[in-house]
Amino acid sequence: MFYRENGQFKSNYASDQQMLPILQDRAFMLGLLTFAFAVVPFVVSDYVFLSLLIPFLILTLAAIGLNLLVGYCGQISIGHAAFMAVGAYSAYNLVLRIPQLNFLVVLVLAGLIAAAVGMLFGIPSLRIKGLYLAVATLAAQFFMDWLFARVKWFTNYAHSGSVQTAPIDLFGWIVDTPVEKYLFLLGLLIVFTLIAKNLVRSHIGREWMAMRDMDVAAEVIGIRPVYAKLTAFAVSSFYCGVAGALWGFVHLGAWEPLAFGLTVSLNLLFMIIIGGMGSLLGSYFGAAFIVVLPILLNQVPGLLGVPISTAMASHLEFMIFGALIVFFLIVEPHGLARLWAIGKEKLRLWPFPH
Amino acid sequence: MNDRAHRIGDVILAVDRVSLAFGGVKALSDVSFDVREHEVRAIIGPNGAGKSSMLNVINGVYHPQQGTIRYLGREYHDMDPHEVAESGIARTFQSLALFKGMSVLDNIMSGRNLKMRSNILLQALRIGPALREEIEHREVVERIIDFLEIQAYRKTPVGRLPYGLQKRVDLARALAMEPRVLLLDEPMSGMNMEEKQDMCRFILDVNDQFGTTVVLIEHDMSVVMDISDRVVVLDYGKKIGDGSPDEVRANQAVVDAYLGVSH
Repeated sequence: MFYRENGQFKSNYASDQQMLPILQDRAFMLGLLTFAFAVVPFVVSDYVFLSLLIPFLILTLAAIGLNLLVGYCGQISIGHAAFMAVGAYSAYNLVLRIPQLNFLVVLVLAGLIAAAVGMLFGIPSLRIKGLYLAVATLAAQFFMDWLFARVKWFTNYAHSGSVQTAPIDLFGWIVDTPVEKYLFLLGLLIVFTLIAKNLVRSHIGREWMAMRDMDVAAEVIGIRPVYAKLTAFAVSSFYCGVAGALWGFVHLGAWEPLAFGLTVSLNLLFMIIIGGMGSLLGSYFGAAFIVVLPILLNQVPGLLGVPISTAMASHLEFMIFGALIVFFLIVEPHGLARLWAIGKEKLRLWPFPH
Repeated sequence: MNDRAHRIGDVILAVDRVSLAFGGVKALSDVSFDVREHEVRAIIGPNGAGKSSMLNVINGVYHPQQGTIRYLGREYHDMDPHEVAESGIARTFQSLALFKGMSVLDNIMSGRNLKMRSNILLQALRIGPALREEIEHREVVERIIDFLEIQAYRKTPVGRLPYGLQKRVDLARALAMEPRVLLLDEPMSGMNMEEKQDMCRFILDVNDQFGTTVVLIEHDMSVVMDISDRVVVLDYGKKIGDGSPDEVRANQAVVDAYLGVSH
């Protein structure tokens, strides 16, 4: 009754092509942003920032990156944590060796290095597709794991192989408290989400989706597969590189080579499958599901006052988490974003059945 | 008829002794024919005669082992599909090859991609030329949507449309490329009589209004005989007839292989 587009006429193409064409959506988004910027910093505890919101924001960024490649361009990768590692170690070395660089410049450079490496490992996609490509991308994972563990230059010859970082300095603003980290990451995530949205609704995005949906037809209308696939790999790796640098500098502070192992890659893939392939919103949902749900589940027995051991609680957490993944995939194979879209469709008609 | 005959110009596309084989299977052997500018040229023949393979050769999807294609004075036999597209040849598909996950509008917009030039950074920020381009090309696409009468479906995901409309979107996507030569692979297969009539009208309108040369594969003989200027007949990968609809209908080899005798 309240959520509908009636009476909102578009009189030019620019307004028809805007990101949120319905007024109610714009109001909702504004409210959400106000809440995230002005309310959350004052009501949320440091624990929630450090163990929930900060990982959620960074992993959402990485999930968006992977979604651009897998969900939009249709090229499966199960080695994307490798590009996060490239981003993290590039940022570490840039800060170490050129200390006068501003951290934002470091982030962009780390992203660009990850993009270059991503394009290199994207070359097999020109010949192979589907599951075979997925296996080929594993090479990136194993190679990067090996590289950062064995070549000591990258870790500045640290004995244990782990590296430490100092808090970020942004034009004199030291980002070190949980709230500051949260605000910094939130700002970055919004910018990167807007950029991703712009890309997928421009012709580059249509080229990616065309490659995904029907590659022969895409070529016949003049899309060069080399360009479409490699740009998707580059942009996707750029996002993951930035996310990796943030994961290292903002979330972990100090990390070992295995911080960006295969588990992280698989988690990213689960995020976009559960959240929704080919949907930016789905990346948010997926990251929330993977990051937040286990911690919530862990808290439930305590909140209910059920006396069980911590070991039991963590076993239960895994079992329920697994069951929920299966449940959501059966209910909606297209992910949580599709459930959201269906909910919006229903809301347009509510309270009437049709 | 006379009016049309006047418009038809010189040879724009010539297929010269093309042979194509997949392993031991010969799809095309020594096929030659030409297409004149502004004409409607039909390719007919029984199933498996090599008609779609012929289009795929022209398109650059398949590279023939022998023979060449001459288009606008340029000879080629191993161009990539996107190079062929750049030179102005567009194509629709027999089995639908739309981009299922995209809306009707995005499908047709993707046909404009060759004409969109702004770089990836401008697109990421959606400023200046990138934004202008989106709007300019949207206008062209909207004209095509009007032309093919699919206004009501522009925001619908193509997968949800009925078959006949999907065929129309396929045509729209090809038209968005503003091609000089349009290859249509069975544009009317699986359609009922009304849909076929609509599609015939669209094809003739495209040919009349934009002067687009049309090469068409079709099984419905009444359609072929009505709308095409010249017909080439393939059977088992060989050309067995070529000429005006009346000549082809009178050709004994064609009657034996394909048309049959009406009882």
